[in-house]
Amino acid sequence: MPGKLKAKIVAGRHLPVMDRASDLTDAFVEVKFGNTTFKTDVCPKSLNPQWNSEWFKFEVDDEDLQDEPLQVTVLDHDTYSANDAIGKVYIDIDPLLCNEAASVISGWFPIYDTIHGIRGEINVLVKVELFNDLNRFRQSSCGVKFFCTTSIPRCYRAAMVHGFVEELVVNEDPEYQWIDRIRTPRASNEARQRLISLMSGELQRKIGLKVLEMGGNAVVGYLQCFDLEGESGLVVRAIGTACTLDKLSSGSAPNTATHTHPNTAPASNACNSPSKDGKEPVFGEDLLSSSGPPTPFRALPTSSSSPPPLSPSKPCSRQSSSSDTDLSLTPKTGMGSGGSAGKEAGPLKTLLRQQTQTALEQRGASSSGLLLNAREFPFFTLTSFPPGFLVHVGGVVSARSVKLLDRIHNPALGNTRSYKLLDWNSVTADEPETRDAWWEEIRQEIKSHAKALGCHAVVGYSESTSICEEVCILSASGTAAILNPRYMREGCLDIGIVDHRFEDPSPPSCGFCHIPYDELNMPFPTQLTYCYHCRRQKVPDVLFTTIDLPPEAAVTGKGCLIQARLCRLKKKAQGEVNATAISNLLPFMEYELHTQLMNKLKLRSMNALFGLRIQISIGENMLLGLASATGVYLTALPAPGGIQIAGKTPGDLSNEHHILTIQKRINDTIAKNKEIYQINPPKLFALDPEVFCGTNMELTEEVVGSPIPEPRQRSRLFRSHSESSDEVSELDLSHGKKDAFVLEIDDTDAVEDIHSLLTDATIPTGFNSCNTEIMPGIYNWTSAVQMFTSVRVFRLSNANLTNQGLNKIFTDLCENLLKSFYFKLRSMIPCCLCHLNFTVAVPEEELIQVAVTAVAMTYDKDQTQEKPAEKPITKGCIETEEQLQFPMELCADSSSTNTQLSSKISVSSLERSSPVPDGRSRSLRSTRGFGGSSVTVVKMTPLSFLPGTRIIKYLGIINMFFIRETTSLREEGGVSGFLHSFIAEVFAMVRAHVAALGGNAVVSYSMKECVFMENPNKNQAQCLINVSGDAVICVRETDQEPVPSNIGQTCTSETDGAT
Amino acid sequence: MAMELDVFVGNTTIMDEEVYQLWLDGYTVSDAVKVRMEGGVMEECEASADVLLSDTMDQYRTFQMCERLLYSPAKLANQLLFQIPPHRQAILIERYYAFDDAFVREVLGKKLSKGTKKDLDDISAKTNVTLKSCRRQFDNFKRVFKVVEELKGPLVENIRQHFLLSDKLARDYAAIVFFANNRFETGKRKLQYLTFQDFAFCAGQLINNWTVGAVDNMVEDMDVDLDKEFLQELKELKILITDKDLLDQHKSLVCTALRGKTKAFNEMEANFKNLSRGLVNIAAKLTNTKDVRDFFIDLVEKTPSCVGQIHGRHQKLYLQNVSRLKRISSPAYFFPCLSPPPPPADAVISAPPVRTFSVFDLSAVIISSLSASLLESSVCKSDL
Repeated sequence: MPGKLKAKIVAGRHLPVMDRASDLTDAFVEVKFGNTTFKTDVCPKSLNPQWNSEWFKFEVDDEDLQDEPLQVTVLDHDTYSANDAIGKVYIDIDPLLCNEAASVISGWFPIYDTIHGIRGEINVLVKVELFNDLNRFRQSSCGVKFFCTTSIPRCYRAAMVHGFVEELVVNEDPEYQWIDRIRTPRASNEARQRLISLMSGELQRKIGLKVLEMGGNAVVGYLQCFDLEGESGLVVRAIGTACTLDKLSSGSAPNTATHTHPNTAPASNACNSPSKDGKEPVFGEDLLSSSGPPTPFRALPTSSSSPPPLSPSKPCSRQSSSSDTDLSLTPKTGMGSGGSAGKEAGPLKTLLRQQTQTALEQRGASSSGLLLNAREFPFFTLTSFPPGFLVHVGGVVSARSVKLLDRIHNPALGNTRSYKLLDWNSVTADEPETRDAWWEEIRQEIKSHAKALGCHAVVGYSESTSICEEVCILSASGTAAILNPRYMREGCLDIGIVDHRFEDPSPPSCGFCHIPYDELNMPFPTQLTYCYHCRRQKVPDVLFTTIDLPPEAAVTGKGCLIQARLCRLKKKAQGEVNATAISNLLPFMEYELHTQLMNKLKLRSMNALFGLRIQISIGENMLLGLASATGVYLTALPAPGGIQIAGKTPGDLSNEHHILTIQKRINDTIAKNKEIYQINPPKLFALDPEVFCGTNMELTEEVVGSPIPEPRQRSRLFRSHSESSDEVSELDLSHGKKDAFVLEIDDTDAVEDIHSLLTDATIPTGFNSCNTEIMPGIYNWTSAVQMFTSVRVFRLSNANLTNQGLNKIFTDLCENLLKSFYFKLRSMIPCCLCHLNFTVAVPEEELIQVAVTAVAMTYDKDQTQEKPAEKPITKGCIETEEQLQFPMELCADSSSTNTQLSSKISVSSLERSSPVPDGRSRSLRSTRGFGGSSVTVVKMTPLSFLPGTRIIKYLGIINMFFIRETTSLREEGGVSGFLHSFIAEVFAMVRAHVAALGGNAVVSYSMKECVFMENPNKNQAQCLINVSGDAVICVRETDQEPVPSNIGQTCTSETDGAT
Repeated sequence: MAMELDVFVGNTTIMDEEVYQLWLDGYTVSDAVKVRMEGGVMEECEASADVLLSDTMDQYRTFQMCERLLYSPAKLANQLLFQIPPHRQAILIERYYAFDDAFVREVLGKKLSKGTKKDLDDISAKTNVTLKSCRRQFDNFKRVFKVVEELKGPLVENIRQHFLLSDKLARDYAAIVFFANNRFETGKRKLQYLTFQDFAFCAGQLINNWTVGAVDNMVEDMDVDLDKEFLQELKELKILITDKDLLDQHKSLVCTALRGKTKAFNEMEANFKNLSRGLVNIAAKLTNTKDVRDFFIDLVEKTPSCVGQIHGRHQKLYLQNVSRLKRISSPAYFFPCLSPPPPPADAVISAPPVRTFSVFDLSAVIISSLSASLLESSVCKSDL
């Protein structure tokens, strides 16, 4: 009995009228946890009832505490008929289980009903008393901290990075159970919400167990996803990076790096950094060596990422997991892709297509005999790293696999409904294994790709799925990289790969660009030049990555969002035929997306992509591909050349003229873009012939009509092709060996392509956009932040159904979305749209859905060009060093100290450059606003930080799943009205939960799922949304003590339930 | 591009004040888009008509969702659905409860009933205010009326606290409620020249001096109903016309008070008897509900035309009177002097003058405000 959960229902307000006769409501509340239910008294005839109940106490297992949410149901008492439910609140009590997070949940929660939306609010107080003898506590995974943030959370330092953790659980989707035919939509939705909540809890607990096994205490970059597979079930899966985090505490004496015990660390000074800059995780070298030894880890016989064996004696009391727990914990390392393929349904069903994005072919490198531990995936979900962590970056690696979802996976059980009814838990028992095997296969592939690039690790790793009917595309991508092994747990990485480069520390501003692979034995043909920054190492001409731009990287000018969009029609088909068709299309799509990206990159005169995310969605009759990335000009890489247009029929005069016009337009665009993005690369190395295209405006004249005399500008795209893709791309490859980067106009399609290239709308002045954490080239954020979500659905008319037409529509859809953001946010100019995250889907045959979540942040225009990092600021040094502790004892090698120091300096100065403060603190909650009670302002951002503030405490992960359904679509304002209010409601519920935890912001917020279905004929619609993020308390950077500030936002003070 | 679905939701609710005003004014989405295009937002931000349309629709949806909350503005501050900074909330509320003078002039003094609501389309046609906007304004009046009806305490303060309105707007609403409750007739042609603000001023005076609330501030409806007792007592003023001595005394008191303060003084002095008679007659009839309703018409119709001139008095005087009236209406002062009917002859000298002065003065004040239009015109200017 390790825990006592206590809940108290204080009051309600704004309840809906449930009794038409009196226009009032007789409300009471049921509080349920596990199988125990308590009720409050009925508060008769009031829309603002005061229950002020006693403390309801639940004595429960800590395992249940992790898995189950507290369920609060508000009902209207009816004497004669059944009580009507008003709505529910699910409260995830996980944050209370971690002694460093929140200590009490107290506040107003929106009462949510899946049919009516928010119906009033309820004030609830929740506490947990853990009987915490710490050892006992450690045995369950309570206390393992979870972060959505994909960098080391501020106010922590990473003592150790253990590596990849993954887990998935499968269950039957209640929506597809037979009982769904007889129960109400509300009951069905609630069953689903509850189940997913349970599964998330379970998943988190299991991952926590793995982390503990590895000796870690936290999961960073936790990414949890749902696969709604329909008939075949519901998969909840998660990946993350296990770490040992130490809380940074400054105490009162800034000069001592003492480690206060997390419990005793006062929230206000948990981190004494005067500021946190956009990207720098607190993580570094403990120069003072005063911190204790890193958390000891247990060396496991097996390695980290495949599920480590757990003690089988661990009782699995969870109702739906009795069997699957054990199964999913079985090490699946022996399962090769071939094996699982055979098991599934023949070769056609397991068509596996993979493609590496920038640069990957198995040639040469794969045979170099690097022996990575076969049972381990050296993957990291982090996208931003402490200085010195990332040594070299190879390029993007990705893998895709088309699978058929089929209930045949449970051959022993058949699929009779009645059987499922009897024991539907066991039906799903087999599935985690299948799904695990699928992912295992893909991860293996990623790993081998990375190996081929001469890299021993994959960073910025993520996984996703797209499901249509019974076909499912599993995708994984990441960036092959070489990491500094000093930060790793022993055995986590294959040290054998370490070569001479480690002894020769590269400057941090360019080191990561240097090629990790062997120059003489390149995995793919590329043009190597000496690094333009240090002149010592070779760099590729173009670099694609999925990670954020390293903060210390030297960048010329500003970055911008680059998107490649593509639609491909596909015949409607079923089953295997469909899967085959899709897998045949995939390589072509990837190729074309890649071409587009490369062209657009060149058009903007940039040479690197960060945060690359390629999404391919399947619909019944089409495939959608969307690649988003942030283009940057890396100073270390050679300048990109222009784009040259060539006609196929040189004799035709009019054609010739046409081509010249286009060529001129392209050159003009390039010149203009250089101006817009302020790309003026230094012309330092005169020996390099390519530097000619620096800033000069003569470029235009110079290039017009003449072939660009650059031998290097061959597109990387020709090199990127999957090992399993057709020879067609091989042919293209040879084509690419011509000297210039040539776009050939041989048919109307090509003309269209070029037009679409040129018609990409320019960003209005005052705006910038990127899809990474921070905008390269902007360093002086001010405090205004506006997070938003936008969803658009376009219905295709039949007339448009050609590939070209579709492409146009899709491109316009995305472009118009961006335009509309610029318009709506015009009052924030100058501002940058950061972390623009596009998600595309084909919900129905003729619908294209695009959902975007991003944040607009203002910056100070005057200083944008200057990256203050270049000048060392001594003042910041001392303080900064203490935060950047890193246990030196981990390794004796201090060769890269210089590197670290210099980057530290840059960090500190960067931090200083965002002076405008904002934010609020927990202490504000006690100050009363006017008019009695008002609402805590909760800021939300998809980034891991809020400009002008520093995070003083992480309160726990927010992971919420909501379903909303309506049978009166027209009355709610049609689909737009319906979804608008639903998204607003989701925001409201997230904010309320954060506020109840005592927080004032959500960082690393993301909307992972937004599934929208409509049936206008029946006047019905349904939508599922899954959001996640980290609840935090942040204070203004300038505030030493959290004090109330910023009158404009002093909308504070929850009415505290206790008072 | 016609979207099947198109939404944009910000964590902080984005609201464009211009679009809000268009929405309040009852423009349809397409009309609003037209107005915005003419306004030139597009050039400003390189937007297209599509973008503008989508933005306008989003905003309209947001406003529609907010409208429910605006019915009881206090909710807006502690609702969780929209995160709106407090100063924005204030703007939302203030604008939502703002009304068109032209419209309010039409419904002032009318019963806020379904019947009146049915006539809104006529009013809309007459005033050039869109029907949608008329409905919103009418519903606002009705809502405020209903809420304050059941509240104790000062009317203006109740409105301000309950609807979080500015002092000015709260006073206007108090006037509307007061007029609607007493059903003062304001629609007659002869009263057409008076603006809403004229009436609002009168309402303020009446609330402060003639209602139950003027003497007791904890009664229900204290500021809404006229003090019956007081109206009853006004009958005694007839003595000012019937008794020659008192009339003279009254005249000299009033003249002393007004001498040199109004241009119309001479006329007033010359016509004092008629003037006084007219006003006292009106005052004496106020026990009758019908006559209360016709109060403003009577003031205009049944007092000698020269009253019009009196209106042109210097504003200072008018301000002085206001303060004086307040003093008089404090119960301690009021009742001892007025209550014992009929006043003994010698007492008349001390007490009634105060009172008659007050009544006359009040009328004058009312009339002066009735003719605020005059004030604004040449008479006023030359006076100053």
